[in-house]
Amino acid sequence: MTTSTAAPTGKSFDEIADGRVQPLRRPGRWIATVIVLILLAQFAHGFLTNQAFEWARFRYWFARPVILQGLLLTLKVTALSAVFGFLGGVVLALGRLSRSPLLRAVSWTYIWLFRSIPLIVLLLLIYNFSALYHSLSLGVPFGPPFATFTETDLFSATTIAVVGLSLNEAAYAAEVVRAGILSVDQGQWEAAHALGLPKLRQFRRIVLPQALRAIIPSYVNQLIGLLKGTSIIFYVSLLDLFGEVESLQSTYPSDIIPLLMVATVYYVLLTSILSIVQYYVERYYSRGALRTVAPTPFQRLRTALQEFREKATQR
Amino acid sequence: MSSALEVRNATKSYGSHQVLDGVDLTVEPGQTAVVIGPSGSGKSTLLRAVNQLERLDTGYVRVGGELIGVRIHGHRLKQLSDREALKQRAKIGFVFQSFNLFPHLTILDNVIEGPLAHRQATKEEARERGERLLERVGLLDKAQSYPRQLSGGQQQRAAIARALALEPELIVFDEPTSALDPELVGEVLGVVRDLARSGTTLVIVTHEIGFAREIADKVVFLDAGRIIEQGTAAEVLDNPQHRRTKEFLSKVL
Repeated sequence: MTTSTAAPTGKSFDEIADGRVQPLRRPGRWIATVIVLILLAQFAHGFLTNQAFEWARFRYWFARPVILQGLLLTLKVTALSAVFGFLGGVVLALGRLSRSPLLRAVSWTYIWLFRSIPLIVLLLLIYNFSALYHSLSLGVPFGPPFATFTETDLFSATTIAVVGLSLNEAAYAAEVVRAGILSVDQGQWEAAHALGLPKLRQFRRIVLPQALRAIIPSYVNQLIGLLKGTSIIFYVSLLDLFGEVESLQSTYPSDIIPLLMVATVYYVLLTSILSIVQYYVERYYSRGALRTVAPTPFQRLRTALQEFREKATQR
Repeated sequence: MSSALEVRNATKSYGSHQVLDGVDLTVEPGQTAVVIGPSGSGKSTLLRAVNQLERLDTGYVRVGGELIGVRIHGHRLKQLSDREALKQRAKIGFVFQSFNLFPHLTILDNVIEGPLAHRQATKEEARERGERLLERVGLLDKAQSYPRQLSGGQQQRAAIARALALEPELIVFDEPTSALDPELVGEVLGVVRDLARSGTTLVIVTHEIGFAREIADKVVFLDAGRIIEQGTAAEVLDNPQHRRTKEFLSKVL
C-alpha cells in the first residue's frame, strides 16, 4: 500500500494533508444552545413583566433607612463573626495538630460539640444564658476574681449574635484551616527547620501562605454560609436585613414579595462581592504555585480593547 | 582544633527497625566526606540527625566541637531550648533531595529568608549578599523568578545558594541529584565541586560513584545502619575490603 492514492479532485495526498483539518460539526450542541436561550429569554420576560413582583414597591423599599439599618447589622455581625471565627479556627486547628494529647482532645471535642449543636439552638441557649450563670468573673483560676460582670452588662443582643456565630464558625473554620495546613508538603516544614527559622515565623511566613491557597475556596464557602446564616439572629430578637424585612411584612402585608426580593437582591450582591474578593485573594496566594498566573478579567478586557484599537488604527 | 563534624555511637530505631546502629564518623574542617550505601542503609537518617530533623536514641553529634541539640547538665544530656536549637541549625546548611524551595517566594527571597530570620543582616545587605550567591551558582538572572518556573537543576542550585546564605560551618547534601533528569545532574555537581574546592566542609550522600571518586577526601560505606568501611576514595571505591562493599559497588558501577 502506498499513501499516494490520488484523491478524486486530482490533488495529491501531500497537497491535501497540508490543509487544515475540518472540525466535526456538532448539531446537537447548537440545538441545545438555542433551546436554553429561548428558556432564558422567557424567564427574564416573565420576571420583569409579572405584576406580582411589584417592581415599583421594590424600588420604594430598596434604599429605605430601615432596610439599610438591617443591612448594616448583617454586615457587622458577619464581619465580626468571620474574624473571631477564623482566629478561633486557626487556634483550634493548631490544637488538633499539636503533640499534646490534651490539646488535641480539647480541640477535637470543641469541634465535635459545636458542629453537633444546631446554630439556632446555640443562639437561644446564649440568649437565655443568665439562667445558667448569673455573672462571669475574670481572675485567678479557682482564686479570687478581679472583675465581675453580670450577664446584662456583658451581653447586648449584638454580642449574643456575634458570640454564637463565632463559636459555631470557629468549629467549621478549624477543619478548613487544618485541611489547608495538612496540604502543605512536609518538606516545607523541614526546610524551614533546617534554616533555623523561629517556630512562629515557620508558620506565618512559610506554611500559612501556602495553606491559604487550599483554605480560601472552602473558607469563602463558609463565609457565604455565615452571611446568609446571620438571618437566623431574627429569632433572638435582632433586626438584621432579614429581620427588618420580616417585621415590615406584618405592617405591609401586601408588600411581602417586593420585600423578600429586596432581601434577596442584597444577599446576592453581598455574595457576589465576596466571590470577587475571593478571586483576587486566591490569585494573590497562587503566586509561585502556577508557572504563569492567568490574567484577571479586567486585564483580559484591556488587552482585547488594545488589540481592537490597534486594528482600527491600522485600517 | 576540633573536628568540623563528629558523630559518636549514633543509634536510632523506628519501633523494632534499627536504622542507625552505633555510627562513628569524623570529618575534618575543609574535608569532603561522601556517604554511600544501599537504600535503607540509614544514610539519610544520619544526615537528618546531624541537623536535628531526627533525634538520636543514643550518641551525639558535634559540629565544630559544639554539641548539637543538647547540652551537658550535671551528669546528663539535656535538650536545648527551641531558640538555641534554631541558632545551631544556622551553622549547618542542608540541601534536600527534593529541593524544598519555598514555592510562594521568589528565588532571591528564598535565599535571604534565613539571614533575615536570624537578623544577621538588614534587608539591603541580605539582598546584596543573596545576589552574590546567586551569581556564584549562575542564577542571578532568575532572582525574581519563582521556584516552579525553574528547571530541577536550577532549583537545586538555588537551594544550595539558600544553604550558603547562612554561612554555615558545614553543609550536608541528601542525594542532591537523585530527583534530577540525567542531563541536569552535571550543573548541580559542578556547583558542589566548586564548593568542595573552596574549602567548605561537606558531607554528601550520593549514588554518583564517579563524582565521589573525584571529590571525596573520605568515602564512607554504610549498610544496615553500620559503617562497614571508610577511607580514601582509592581505598573504598577501588580496593574495597569487605564483601558487602564489593557487592554494592558491583551493582552501582
